[in-house]
Amino acid sequence: MTRKTSLPPTKLSRRHFLATSAAAAAGATLFTPKGLRAQDFPTAAVNTTGLAVTDTEVTVGILHSVTGTMAISETGSVQAEKLAIEQINAQGGVLGRKIKFVQEDGASDWPTFAEKAKKLLVDDKVASVMGCWTSASRKAVLPVFEQYNGMLYYPTFYEGLEQSPNVIYTGQEATQQIIAGLDWVTQTKGAKTFYLLGSDYIWPRTSNKIARKHIEKLGLEVVGEEYYPLGHTQFNSVINKIKLKKPDVIYAIVVGGSNVAFYKQLKAAGIDMTKEKPLLLTISVTEDEIRGIGGENIEGAYACMKYFQSLKNPNNEAFVKAFKEMWGEDMVIGDVTQAAYLGPWLWKAAVEKAGSFDIDKIKEASPGIELTTAPEGYVKIHENHHLWSRTRVGRALADGQYEVVFETADLVEPNPFPEGYQ
Amino acid sequence: MTMTSPATSAALTKAAPPRQGAFLDRTETMGAIALAVLIFVILPLALDPFRLNLFGKYLTYAFVAVGLVLCWGAGGILSLGQGVFFGLGGYALAMFLKLEASSPENTAIQSTPGIPDFMDWNQITELPFWWQPFHSLTFSILAVIAVPAFFAFVIGTAMFRRRVGGVYFSIITQAIAAILTILIIGQQGFTGGVNGITDLRTMKGWDIRSDEAKTILYFVNGGLLFACLALAQFVRRSKLGRILIAMRDREDRVRFSGYDVASFKIFVFCLGAAFAAIGGAMFTVQVGFMSPSFVGIVPSIEMVIFCAVGGRNSILGAVWGTLLVNWAKTLFSEAFPELWQLGLGALFIAVVLIFPDGLAGLWKTHVNPRIERLFPRRTTPTVPAE
Repeated sequence: MTRKTSLPPTKLSRRHFLATSAAAAAGATLFTPKGLRAQDFPTAAVNTTGLAVTDTEVTVGILHSVTGTMAISETGSVQAEKLAIEQINAQGGVLGRKIKFVQEDGASDWPTFAEKAKKLLVDDKVASVMGCWTSASRKAVLPVFEQYNGMLYYPTFYEGLEQSPNVIYTGQEATQQIIAGLDWVTQTKGAKTFYLLGSDYIWPRTSNKIARKHIEKLGLEVVGEEYYPLGHTQFNSVINKIKLKKPDVIYAIVVGGSNVAFYKQLKAAGIDMTKEKPLLLTISVTEDEIRGIGGENIEGAYACMKYFQSLKNPNNEAFVKAFKEMWGEDMVIGDVTQAAYLGPWLWKAAVEKAGSFDIDKIKEASPGIELTTAPEGYVKIHENHHLWSRTRVGRALADGQYEVVFETADLVEPNPFPEGYQ
Repeated sequence: MTMTSPATSAALTKAAPPRQGAFLDRTETMGAIALAVLIFVILPLALDPFRLNLFGKYLTYAFVAVGLVLCWGAGGILSLGQGVFFGLGGYALAMFLKLEASSPENTAIQSTPGIPDFMDWNQITELPFWWQPFHSLTFSILAVIAVPAFFAFVIGTAMFRRRVGGVYFSIITQAIAAILTILIIGQQGFTGGVNGITDLRTMKGWDIRSDEAKTILYFVNGGLLFACLALAQFVRRSKLGRILIAMRDREDRVRFSGYDVASFKIFVFCLGAAFAAIGGAMFTVQVGFMSPSFVGIVPSIEMVIFCAVGGRNSILGAVWGTLLVNWAKTLFSEAFPELWQLGLGALFIAVVLIFPDGLAGLWKTHVNPRIERLFPRRTTPTVPAE
């Protein structure tokens, strides 16, 4: 998905890396050290394809936008990935090798992503890449990863319709984010009519298509569906239509900077979301976006995600603590940031399961890998390279956090090509 | 009656470069040889296929910069929408390549096999009629040049015939770039939207993704660039080129002298568009995709910057400028992923402040005089033997 955010830039005080790495290491004690020693895994045996693996080090790539319009969204992912790498190194690395990373800037520009992906794979010979955020950037790098046989850990919730052997999708595909949320809102809130709206590109459109099919399957009604260009800031006409049609639920997939305008105008038009008439359900606003929107403007809205910073479990508490120690107390952690944090851990698990850094062996070893230490709880890689994960609904609070009001009892199976929803 | 008044011909002689018999003067010959050696010998020998492919990508922007030298440097028409033509040319070829990549076998997983994947995602079940001709490579290659040139002709006619020029023209070209971007992004079922047209694989069965193919394409690209440079030089040295310069400096006088100013402007604008389109097509085939991020206002302005850094009056300078800026961009961004844009910004400011005529101006004022001193021209009178 693509999101632009007009948040004020966060303080770029990231160079206190070394100072805080000790603290990060403390946070890492949560993960039981395996104590694998490099000499038990000779480089010649674990790296048969010429990747950047030495007796003491292994190089991975980080490829996100740290400049341009996407920087505000992707920065959290970069931070989470660096935290995970620090923590893994603190417990002895991967097969006894410390992880070194090469960071490249996608600059919010899809061709640049392709160029940098190729550079990481061809020049740096990285053993895996944590990166990309928007669907457009993923689509741009996908042929590169398939051609040069690289491994990409992609963190964002996205529209599905894709399954590459060279990608592990650590975010949720559309059905994992949508269906359980719609079931929840119909069962517990008695919603009967829905107004769908979103930014105009593939992720909101595909998501709303799935939502519409599901709503219609439930025998309920979609009373309106509208799209606005990215960056659009005039939502008065749709707000008037919503007031006229009086839907039970506004299903909003507005992304990036448009969110700020949308929620402020909604509030200004007298739609008080805390009254839930209509109720607002979104799949595009994480804690990161609320920083731009302002908690008071979105209080009472519901979001359907797999992770919220406020989740109560020991894994998450340790993760939030370590993240704030490394990057600052004022940081917030959204759904994608957590998914990005899983990337290095899932790669480590795959390498250790395969006993090798070879891409083909990692591809083979990945399905079935479990992570019990994930902040979102237990996750598992499916045959289709997506994660089994829970769907959760959170209610936005005035302080910019979500209060978790619902979670699915079981992990939801990822299904990037949902039958009957296309 | 003669076509030019004495006053204008005086202005012409003053403004135009001193006309000599040769197609290139000595400085230009040296510059052209240096560039040819760099592109065809030094870079291919010194760089691995990945870096060479990157330079191939930079050189595709040089087509646009050369077109801008003609339009802006010579003709005084500053187009801030050259990305439109780069994009149209790129899309024309991308459509052909995408259709070839979307054979029913490759797309068996889709609801409707045989159409591009993004159409399938947007519930389009049939290839739109205007995509049909792009099954043909010949048609697509013709379209690469014809569509942008025709589009430029329409824009040019609409504006120059009404004597819209200067800043107003620049603003309108920007608006057109914005409009086309919105159109492409909005019609994602037909155009691929924000994602663009991705995952291009083969051209008539020839795998364009292999290192070997990329190297061949690099040389094809270089060859085409030199062909465009030769054409641009031909235009500049012709009477047409001198009229363009006269128009840039004193449009009224040229018009009063009986020339149809608008036609000249339309011609040079179309030529610049065609150059940009060739660059776009070469970009598509070398990089393997096309996206609306080349069509918009920002890339269009960036292309003007390449031209300005090189020196807007020098076609060779434009190529050097493009190479320098893009190479610096890659280098800075690899070394300082979070701060590189500041470095690039500083480079632009430095060039504009210190060398307002760009690299070409630097060459002319600093390097060339030394060369002249070291190797005096054979034509300079030498001391008789006795």
